[in-house]
Amino acid sequence: MEITKDLISAHNLTLEEYEKIKTILGREPSLTELGMYSVLWSEHCSYKSSKPLLQELPVVGEYILEGPGENAGVIDIGDGLAIVMKVESHNHPSAIEPYEGAATGVGGIIRDIITMGARPIALLNSLRFGNYKSPRTQYLLNGVVSGIAGYGNCVGVPTVGGETYFEDCYDGNPLVNVMCVGILETKNMVRAVAKGKGNPVIYAGSTTGRDGLGGAAFASKELNDQSEKDRPAVQVGDPFMEKLLIEACLEISQQDYLIGMQDMGAAGLTSSSSEMAGKGEGGMSLDLSAVPQRDKNLSPYEMMLSESQERMLLVVKSGYEDKAVEIFHKWGLKAAVIGSVEANALLTVKHKDEIVAEVPAKSLSNDAPVYNRPAKKPAYLDGLKSISDAITFGKANTDFNETLLKVLSSPTIGSKKSIYQQYDYMVGTNTVVLPGQSDAALMRIKGTQKGIALSIDGNSRYCYLNPFTGGQIAVAEAARNVVCVGAKPLAVTDGLNFGNPENPEVFWQFQQGVMGIKSACEALETPVVGGNVSLYNETNGTAIYPSPIIGMMGLMEDIDHRVTMGFKNADDVIFLLGDSLEELDGSEYLKVIHDMMGKECPRLDLGLEKEVQETCLSLINKRLLSSAHDLSEGGLAVALFESCITGDKGANIVIGATGLSDAALLFSESQSRILISVSPESLYEAITYLEYKEIPYQQIGMVTKGKSLKIDDLIDQPLESLEKSWKSLVL
Amino acid sequence: MYQAKVYITLKDSILDPQGTAVKGALESLKYQNIPELRIGKYIQLQIDETDLSRAESQLKEMCEKILSNPIIENYRYDLSEG
Amino acid sequence: MKYGIVIFPGSNCDQDSFYGVSSVMGAEAEMIWHKDHHLGQYDCIILPGGFSYGDYLRAGSIARYSPIMQEVVAFANGGGLVLGICNGFQVLLEAKLLPGAMLQNKHVHFICKSVYIKTHHSNTPYTNALKEGDILEIPIAHMEGNYYCDNSTYQRLKDGGQILFSYCDAKGNSTDEANPNGSLRNIAGICNEKKNVLGLMPHPERALESMLGSEDGKRIFESIRSHC
Repeated sequence: MEITKDLISAHNLTLEEYEKIKTILGREPSLTELGMYSVLWSEHCSYKSSKPLLQELPVVGEYILEGPGENAGVIDIGDGLAIVMKVESHNHPSAIEPYEGAATGVGGIIRDIITMGARPIALLNSLRFGNYKSPRTQYLLNGVVSGIAGYGNCVGVPTVGGETYFEDCYDGNPLVNVMCVGILETKNMVRAVAKGKGNPVIYAGSTTGRDGLGGAAFASKELNDQSEKDRPAVQVGDPFMEKLLIEACLEISQQDYLIGMQDMGAAGLTSSSSEMAGKGEGGMSLDLSAVPQRDKNLSPYEMMLSESQERMLLVVKSGYEDKAVEIFHKWGLKAAVIGSVEANALLTVKHKDEIVAEVPAKSLSNDAPVYNRPAKKPAYLDGLKSISDAITFGKANTDFNETLLKVLSSPTIGSKKSIYQQYDYMVGTNTVVLPGQSDAALMRIKGTQKGIALSIDGNSRYCYLNPFTGGQIAVAEAARNVVCVGAKPLAVTDGLNFGNPENPEVFWQFQQGVMGIKSACEALETPVVGGNVSLYNETNGTAIYPSPIIGMMGLMEDIDHRVTMGFKNADDVIFLLGDSLEELDGSEYLKVIHDMMGKECPRLDLGLEKEVQETCLSLINKRLLSSAHDLSEGGLAVALFESCITGDKGANIVIGATGLSDAALLFSESQSRILISVSPESLYEAITYLEYKEIPYQQIGMVTKGKSLKIDDLIDQPLESLEKSWKSLVL
Repeated sequence: MYQAKVYITLKDSILDPQGTAVKGALESLKYQNIPELRIGKYIQLQIDETDLSRAESQLKEMCEKILSNPIIENYRYDLSEG
Repeated sequence: MKYGIVIFPGSNCDQDSFYGVSSVMGAEAEMIWHKDHHLGQYDCIILPGGFSYGDYLRAGSIARYSPIMQEVVAFANGGGLVLGICNGFQVLLEAKLLPGAMLQNKHVHFICKSVYIKTHHSNTPYTNALKEGDILEIPIAHMEGNYYCDNSTYQRLKDGGQILFSYCDAKGNSTDEANPNGSLRNIAGICNEKKNVLGLMPHPERALESMLGSEDGKRIFESIRSHC
């Protein structure tokens, strides 16, 4: 088949990229080869726009066993155990077919964890939708949540945490980021490598069909009105198959004869084979006739690019292929030897005794062009108006009871119970702090006293106002969440969702966001062990807000020290750690009440952030706290309500003169703040410690038996009526 | 070879929450003239058999044994050679 | 006291059940593969929660025909204790060891939360450590837990003392609000006439440690222990 310009552009390759392929091969590529390059050199697989920036992120640290480069990051937690984690996006597929898009997103990230030899123990997700009231958002929200539930519940991995925001910029391009966390015995860690000339290459799992053809290339294109017609590119997931694959892969991970394993995700057979070969001996030969197939007459092109789900590629020691195949058969899965490891640095693909592709393996996985995209500060930033100048807040006649009810009814602030209740968050019997009980989920590690705390976070409105500080805040808040249950933040996995990087203004946002994450991760000593980049999140030319998502893992040495956010006992004393400032710009209050955005992102002092976190953690470890809750969207008033409602207690808050406007006192989203409560018996010791640490703090009130929330003379509301507003999100 | 099409529906007396939800969705899209909507299952299969009556009795058996649950579901089928 | 826990390929509460009855309750336990044709010596068989064979046709419909289920049916007919939890309950219904059928939850969604159930009879192997009226807090997690049977079956269940647990509020009232899935008469668990087979939608194995929110599930396993 002749390679025409149209064909090249249909593969999303530039003419320069095509020339580079010709130089590598010393000839014209075959159609199969063109397809293979097009997918592996897509933004999604090659990170060609983001690579130079990602290299800036801190990736090593005391606890880090494996950083970016493998399927998932690996963090040592002692006792011969390690935690494996990664976040991945499935934004574009979810926009087109929300159920399957979200479901296969879950499936894909779980496979990244099992390829490391780890048992998946927790899922989290970060979701972004458009206007909550629009029928399309309702359709997408329902589809995505059912998809995550349908897949996660069936495979038996609990979905223990997440966050959901609604913002108009996601109307056409929702975000679905899924994080999976696994545990392994360090000695059983598996890598995605093909070593040892002549060793057999085994295909295992589901059969290969035409589904998801060109899915990776699809994920690297902007969405437009035509996209709904591109539906064949969306894959269909089979969670039952995945469950079998988990068990079979874990069984095989314990065998000494296993050399390497890789899942067939984006670009299926092509990416797994070239990546494994690239990391090992350098070469691999495959015979496609041996691949278990679902559709008749699959062409080599289709087989190399198929994104059929629930498939794995393995390399085992020669002579053990039958044993390996037998394990998969025991679990009712297909498995076949489809090739062998070669030392010739070539990926050679045969189909019916004919060579259909022969390319340097590393050229697919490593030699994609790298672009240093131009960046330019976006013009919109100069047009933003600071709000503090525009309106006078806190006029005497404002009824802040009404205001609070309205803020609580924002679906972004409101209870997410009707979402998380659809997820089996308990299977595995390890979830000690459940969704809704705290800022982070806490999983026990059976057989030890340890626990790991997990959170996923990001505020894209802050990032729109200031992507650098917004990126920093995402890290700081995720770490604060983990601290609030009593765990020490150890490592980060990031999901970087941005618009079209070829637009210099979008690329500037991306650059700033990554540099913000870098500075916060360095300051808080939480390296980035891996993650995902999703670019081209635009609809008809309009980009989403810059949306970096941070997944954070923290370690708790003694799980009995945990605290949750709910107030526990009447007469406990409530403190606010950190500084409260007049920071309403970018707040949920401003959006809900005044329909405005503002200009400034809340400030972040990483030094103070670290001290507040360390102080809170020490107080928890000294067992001086009854509760701890991070202040985030909705500020102090919302945090107080959440601690009240989760603990089924009231609060009486007396703050007095602060110099802040009433609105800012209640709803400012100043960073580095934690709401804690202390029992009368622990009061002296807690205050002594706070004084010793010299961090800013304020004693603001008492927990009460009466079920109402009182804040100065501004708020006096029964919890029941507040709760009603807070439960407005219904699925 | 026989081609079988099996339709499985919830018995009339059984509440169909899925159908109710879809009916509600249609109504919210302004399709108000849908008094009744019920969701069922459709199964398409081939039976490698030369005799119609043998094929049919096997199909019935399969429907009763596993494809449907007679406590809550009805089934009907089309069977044709081809 | 020895439990046998059946692993169907899509079981996902098999390990939780194993951990619960062995590490927490201190009983012996063994896993049983769904393709086995022979059942060893056990005091109680657990059919754990999960999605036995993907549950694509109807929950439990395929599991019923697995080789091990033929053995489990024989074991139950011989008077052996068989406890089906969640998906295990669905399998017991499909296998006709218990009457009735499961429909989708009335709100169509999967639902995971902690619920209260009330004990109705204490004269069974599964409830002898409980008193009539005792309220247990135990989590549910299912998509098809909306129990259905016709009137005459319901009457038989009721008269035979076979409805062992029903959903209620914290004070023990069987209200519609306390019914999480639309189940007929708030039914959460039923046993057969001989009382040796129990199907239970809530997950007692998830309620065995205070760290996980409730220890009430212990009462059921304590009953089994004192019976055996």
